Amino acid sequence: MTETLVHELVEKYGRKRSSLLPILQEIVRRESYLTPQAIIEVAKELDLSATEVYGVATFYSFLDVQPRGEYKIRICKSLTCDAKNKAILDELEKLLKIKVGGTTLDRRFSLLMTNCIGQCDHAPAMLVNEEVYTDITPEKVREIINYYKHKKI
Amino acid sequence: MAELVKKVHYIFDKECSCREVLDKALALGPDGIVQELVDSGLRGRGGAGFLTGIKWKLAKEQQETPKYVICNADEGEPGTFKDRKILEEVPCKVLAGMALCGYTIGAKEGIIYLRGEYSYMRHELQQQIFQFTKEILGPLGLDFKISIFMGAGAYVCGEETALIESIEGERGEPRNKPPFPVQNGLFRKPTVVNNVETFASVMTVFRMGAKKYKNLGTKDQRGSKLISVSGDTPRPGVYEIELGMKLADFVREFGDGDTKAVLVGGYSGFCVPETHFETAVIGEGRPTGAAILLFNHKRSMYRVLHNILEFFAEESCGQCTPCRVGYQQLLKGIEAVKKGEKSEEYLNSLLNLTETMKITAKCGLGQSAPNFFKSIVENYREEIVY
Repeated sequence: MTETLVHELVEKYGRKRSSLLPILQEIVRRESYLTPQAIIEVAKELDLSATEVYGVATFYSFLDVQPRGEYKIRICKSLTCDAKNKAILDELEKLLKIKVGGTTLDRRFSLLMTNCIGQCDHAPAMLVNEEVYTDITPEKVREIINYYKHKKI
Repeated sequence: MAELVKKVHYIFDKECSCREVLDKALALGPDGIVQELVDSGLRGRGGAGFLTGIKWKLAKEQQETPKYVICNADEGEPGTFKDRKILEEVPCKVLAGMALCGYTIGAKEGIIYLRGEYSYMRHELQQQIFQFTKEILGPLGLDFKISIFMGAGAYVCGEETALIESIEGERGEPRNKPPFPVQNGLFRKPTVVNNVETFASVMTVFRMGAKKYKNLGTKDQRGSKLISVSGDTPRPGVYEIELGMKLADFVREFGDGDTKAVLVGGYSGFCVPETHFETAVIGEGRPTGAAILLFNHKRSMYRVLHNILEFFAEESCGQCTPCRVGYQQLLKGIEAVKKGEKSEEYLNSLLNLTETMKITAKCGLGQSAPNFFKSIVENYREEIVY
């Protein structure tokens, strides 16, 4: 599986070193995180060492190397959001029955904190994978989670 | 609400035709373009404030090819969101600014490095590039290809050489400077890296002319400037202003009536306490970043400082020791003082540490330490200790 995907992406982006980030990004988009096998496969295809690829991956916070759920919720914790996100955080922990840093047992959601996502004029804000949600309230959070719970993967 | 801060309307002015401005600029030829930019006094809007005209001139003089134009859209400074708004509302100006740069320095390729957090706007931006290429570049006969490169969540990649490393597929660790990217940039070729707002401002310059542009703002910061206002304010948002306003006026207009402190320049900027509002002027002397955060009396300045230190400790690329270890020690240090494990005097050692970081860290991330740390600790010492 992983082998086929990596091969497909290498064909798409090329074997240059500068293709590394786009390849890793797309694996994360499609498989939620980078498994050790994926890292080894990419290294082989690009003629790099696995440590080199792992070193690059771990540098970027959006290139997850820890097992993550299908939907990664990233709540902004920078100063404007920090003053307003407590209720959101409580609601999410209650709804998902996990703490920050955790992943639900069904591997559908991961709950993470992140640094400023550039939506301070509409705080509090969060990301779900690449989607951005602003001016969120506990009610909105319930709707959002409900939407993703029932969304076909 | 009284309008105390002098607002202007150029960057978001949608009446401005990118095609017309480009026509006007291109007629000047590469040398004329450089001269006009130099005359305008336009400085890079990313934070370092290098003269844009000089940067383009240096890249233009390089013999080596191919050359590259990079638009830095890795807007990561907490509290900054002006570039997001430019890319959402007037992307054409950014693309036109990049194309003009390409024509001036002799580059055929432009790359927009868009931060991972803005992935949601990628598709729309791609459409804009397609349209711009077809409707404006094509008819002008300009051979310039623009693509988007996505970042992946690393603040330090806003530093131009770290950004270049990232595009090359490496960890985003800043390079030693010199050589500067204008000589030795992407794939070791001459490269101009400019901020989103800089490219958009270039269009303002050529629309109104260098002379008029230079008359806007202050001697340290010519032209118009976008600020991102957030924190404890009823009016958060992006505003285009002429710098040079008294902070007290700014607070009267944007504060919630209970403002205690203002952080000017984002996390790497300075904290100004209310006792200094009357004397502080935004846009003179100290470098002016784009982010202005207001804090009211409900805020604990210890929590503010802790939040900022945690940010830098997380975002340090880890390459140089002063920054990597420094921020961790500052964070542990204020926690220890708060808990009473260290005496109040320990704060003085931490202040010394920030000075060391300023002179020994490799890039702006580590060098910023004394800015916010000193201004918060010196003005709110009691809050940090008790």
